[in-house]
Amino acid sequence: MIKVGIVGLGKMGLSHVAMIRAHPDVSVEAVVDSTGYVLDVLSKYTGLRTFSGMQEMLDAVELDAVIIATPTRLHAGMVRTALEAGVSVFCEKPLTLTSAESVELAELARSRGLVTQVGYHNRFVGAFQEVKKLLDAQAIGRVTHVLAEAYGPVVLKPKGSTWRSQRSEGGGCLYDYAAHPIDLVTWYLGAPTGVGGTVLGSVFSAETEDEVFSTLYFPDGVSGQVSVNWSDESYRKMTTRITLWGTQGRIHADRQECQVYLREEATAPEGYEPGWNVRYTTELTDEVWFYLRGEEYSAQLDAFVKRVQNRDLDGTNSFASAAVTDRVLELMVTDAAAGPRTLATGDAPVPVAPAPARTRAGTAVALLQHGLQVARAGGRTLVARLRKSS
Amino acid sequence: MDRLLFGDNQFFGVNHMSEEKARAQAMRFQDIDAVMGVLDAAYDEGITTFMCTTHGRIAQVCDRVRANPERYKDFTFFPGMPYAHKYADAITENGMLGAVRQFLPEEGLVNAALRGGRSLAKKDIEGLTTLLVDAEMAMFRGLRTPVIWLQNVVVDLLLGLGFDDAFVIFAEHVRKRYDAEPGFITMNLPRLLDTLERVGVDNPIVCSNINKIGFRMSGGIQGYQEALQGRRFRAVAMSVFASGAIPPREALEWIYAQPNIESVVFGASSRANIHNTAMLVDELAPARA
Repeated sequence: MIKVGIVGLGKMGLSHVAMIRAHPDVSVEAVVDSTGYVLDVLSKYTGLRTFSGMQEMLDAVELDAVIIATPTRLHAGMVRTALEAGVSVFCEKPLTLTSAESVELAELARSRGLVTQVGYHNRFVGAFQEVKKLLDAQAIGRVTHVLAEAYGPVVLKPKGSTWRSQRSEGGGCLYDYAAHPIDLVTWYLGAPTGVGGTVLGSVFSAETEDEVFSTLYFPDGVSGQVSVNWSDESYRKMTTRITLWGTQGRIHADRQECQVYLREEATAPEGYEPGWNVRYTTELTDEVWFYLRGEEYSAQLDAFVKRVQNRDLDGTNSFASAAVTDRVLELMVTDAAAGPRTLATGDAPVPVAPAPARTRAGTAVALLQHGLQVARAGGRTLVARLRKSS
Repeated sequence: MDRLLFGDNQFFGVNHMSEEKARAQAMRFQDIDAVMGVLDAAYDEGITTFMCTTHGRIAQVCDRVRANPERYKDFTFFPGMPYAHKYADAITENGMLGAVRQFLPEEGLVNAALRGGRSLAKKDIEGLTTLLVDAEMAMFRGLRTPVIWLQNVVVDLLLGLGFDDAFVIFAEHVRKRYDAEPGFITMNLPRLLDTLERVGVDNPIVCSNINKIGFRMSGGIQGYQEALQGRRFRAVAMSVFASGAIPPREALEWIYAQPNIESVVFGASSRANIHNTAMLVDELAPARA
């Protein structure tokens, strides 16, 4: 039996409580939330022990692990507190708002021998796992390009004021939505060497972005494109899609199915053949002990429980891998603030509506990069003029 | 309950196999006439029970059925609630109390508002739950609703949290106010049966995935078979074809080899598929005593 506490009782936090409470190897010792209402209802009707703060819980209850499902801005402090108390941590995505902090927390956990995991549940979706297997087997040869997409109906009107609509809280389409497909891309292709052409566009939100577009650059000429929009009402719910092109074929996957086209020359993995192959969720999905909203949510918690039991520090979605995704998100914020690089007028680029930077350090980086860019573009313009006149 | 119930997933772009197919269906059934066309086909095959969510567009189906009592004299609804998306959206937009207000029943607005407000303040889940049920049932006024379902997202959330009282509150309210049988949809059948037995909901109607390949049967296919064999409940099987992964005849042969399956719920978009399923069930289902 591992003893678990859950911090944050929003939609995701409550789902975690329901799933983990049903786990045969777990005892839920306490739940924490800053608002009394949900706490009181839970304590009245379910007998769960409740606390209004995480430190109070850690002081009063002996735990093996905590699940943190609070707004992203609060993650860093809470994760640190838990790790310093010697407790393993499952934290909702994204891990923190700066990759430096994520790296530091990953190191802290490792030095104390504690298990860490981040809630990028797509890595536990059967179809997305199949993609990983196919790539590891080099089924489509050398990958040349990836398209990572996510669309869904989250912000459909110019109002609403939860933490998700505040960039300073870690809300917004980039951190809340685009993080998922981007995390899949880093799982498949590793860390990009750079990003470009990032657009963080607003559709309805005043204080943050509702759509995200960007190009990712990987070693050896591999490229990626991100296209995400959470103001798309034509989707019933969030739909994440990955398409990869390689020298020997193409893979397309969403949470329901994995469609693979293999060229005649491709070395088809077992069970696959040249031409089209389709694998459906019914054959790609393993049974879970308890089902709520999708097997992947249960599967990731089960993986965490097993890792805590075995003190297994390396596993899917450790803090270290989440830090890579955090870094990409950070680069995209900086890149978007810099605006377009090549202007139709040939003049030095000027940022079109710079997005508010996330941190002071981020602002400094953005300003510095912008300055460099202006200088570089100015240089280019000067060279062009010189050429023309000669 | 009828041996075959007609489900509504196909009308609302829900398909567990393919998102492309789901979208194509959503486009086709945007027109309420297309929905009624398929419902008429099922009705004419003798499938008179429609197991549906409380999606806003079901209200249009209700209007059609109400407007033509002669044609639809046997038409029976088994509403399933809540339509989770509707509440999630409303809570995001208007907060908890705002969402409750938005879904108040038409009649007795002031009373309902007071009841909702008071319940919220007292953390009285009974008042709140019954209010939401009444709000959801408003669209079915004057229609036949002998079974009212609690949807799986809610059942399984409550089940995992250990919120056992909610099942009793729902069952009692549905019986008292609507003279209907409570039904529970779940993805975790064995565990739910344990809980319902513990809180005294006797011989419950429970709908869950039951299929030959064990798709989405949490607790294991064997656990389900043992439950069908030994537990006291009225089983409704859904996802018997596992979204098309099992051929119809093979799927139904397996289903009817299991003990105590009272009903099967299925969805289909064409007259031919509805007819074929009805024929297969006639052939394979054991005769009713």
